[in-house]
Amino acid sequence: MYTEKVMDHFSNPRNVGDIKDADGVGEVGNAKCGDIMRIYLKVDDNDVITDVKFKTFGCGAAIATSSMVTEMVKGKTLDEALEVTNAAVAEALGGLPPVKMHCSNLAADAMHEAIKDYKAKKGK
Amino acid sequence: MKRIYFDHSATTPVDKDVAKLVLEYMTDKFGNASSIHSFGREARRAVEESREKVAALLGAENNEIFFTSGGTEGDNFAIKGVAYANRKKGNHIITSSIEHHAVLHTCEYLAKNGFEITYLPVDEYGMVNVEDVKNAITDKTILISVMYANNEVGTIQPIKEIGALAKARGIYFHTDAVQAAGNYPINVKDENIDLLTMSGHKLYGPKGTGALYIRRGVRIEPVQHGGAHERNMRAGTENAPGIVGLGLACEIAKREMNEKNSRIAALRDKIIREVTAKIPHAKLNGHPTLRLPGNVNFSFLYVEGESLLLNLDMKGIAASSGSACTSGSLDPSHVLLAMGLTHEVAHGSLRVTLGRGNTEEEVDYLLEVLPEILDRLRAMSPLYGESANLKPANPCSTCHVH
Ligand SMILES: Cc1ncc(COP(=O)(O)O)c(C=O)c1O
Ligand code: FES
Repeated sequence: MYTEKVMDHFSNPRNVGDIKDADGVGEVGNAKCGDIMRIYLKVDDNDVITDVKFKTFGCGAAIATSSMVTEMVKGKTLDEALEVTNAAVAEALGGLPPVKMHCSNLAADAMHEAIKDYKAKKGK
Repeated sequence: MKRIYFDHSATTPVDKDVAKLVLEYMTDKFGNASSIHSFGREARRAVEESREKVAALLGAENNEIFFTSGGTEGDNFAIKGVAYANRKKGNHIITSSIEHHAVLHTCEYLAKNGFEITYLPVDEYGMVNVEDVKNAITDKTILISVMYANNEVGTIQPIKEIGALAKARGIYFHTDAVQAAGNYPINVKDENIDLLTMSGHKLYGPKGTGALYIRRGVRIEPVQHGGAHERNMRAGTENAPGIVGLGLACEIAKREMNEKNSRIAALRDKIIREVTAKIPHAKLNGHPTLRLPGNVNFSFLYVEGESLLLNLDMKGIAASSGSACTSGSLDPSHVLLAMGLTHEVAHGSLRVTLGRGNTEEEVDYLLEVLPEILDRLRAMSPLYGESANLKPANPCSTCHVH
């Protein structure tokens, strides 16, 4: 039911882990099925995301979208990263089964939350 | 890669001899069992022989067995058939909160049509309390329906006691024995059962076959109308190939029951013992001893069931889970919730159901790969270990509500 791309990111997820001295952390949960996704960011002085890691408690689609979103924003500026949408993440994975679309709604949101957290900390 | 099947509660492979016989009744002995010519008589004979075999497995009389298309039809037939036939007597039905949807949704349908339904709770092991049944009975109660063994956690219910209670109060007692029939010794007479649903594909028979046992004298209406088949109780040309397959599957199940069950239970107990000893944060779901011989069900905290199943599948192992993420409806298993599990614990559930083809090597392989998979998923989980403390400043600020 999952595309090859989804299974690739699920079985070899990129950027798993946490960053102890992260500049920004974002977490979203899914009240519907109870899944949790957390994203950690390192940001340099030019607002470029230099490192990003994730931890996810959820299904195959949740893990794959987390992995994909970290790949999509690494090396991007915060403004560019904010333009990455949930739909773009799902599309980059070659699509998700309809019942799993809500999982893809977590990945970009968690990343946006992490950026928000960073900006709040920096007083931006 | 070698594939290992640990999902026998979902369905079983058809026995090779059964499959051969089914084919014979599709191609050579294909007659309509209602026809009077030799082709028809040949099919009729085989259907009636199968009826004897099904009856023998359950300890019933031949004329108390009615062939159906499986468990779902049997449950619908028993519950709606008894409800509508006894409407004048009362409109109250007692069932449990851990039934299969074939029972629960049938009861919900009846609730919309003037019937009152009581859904009994279960204890932490998934067991119905006989006292609760007793207390739920009113003078309007016409039917008690409690499953024989639960399909998710395998807990065997106090059937004989509930049956005795129903009998003493003059109330019909139906049990959904889809998981138990052929996999656990049953005797409908000793256990005071008035109606019993069974299904062929859970006992190495063909899919789309089954039977409903109706004790002689039970007041019941057909739910499917048409020809005079099955003594006017279930219209439709007999699925003779399916019925002969079901009959042979029942005969084999009866013959092999003791040997098969002790072998499978030993494998079950090995998995339960080793998982409990070696894997941290693992909780056994279901009753420690009163469970189906092939059923293992654990919750592994901090992991989600679908990712666990996908990882096992990549290693060639087929199992199932009560996680919300695998359900299609995104609701966790109603059985695990009724047993008092929280959503998170239900999320990490894994059901392994063993069957007669499974070997000790296969069990050892599962025990070898499972800990690695759990370690990997837990390392990825924001709820586990040190990272549980590395929370954001704004935890879950945008929780999605759908
Ligand atoms: C307890 C129980 N009842 C009913 C059914 C439905 O049976 P069938 O698939 O034959 O319709 C199942 C099958 O999953 C079951 O496990
Ligand atoms: S995270 Fe629960 S369905 Fe995807």
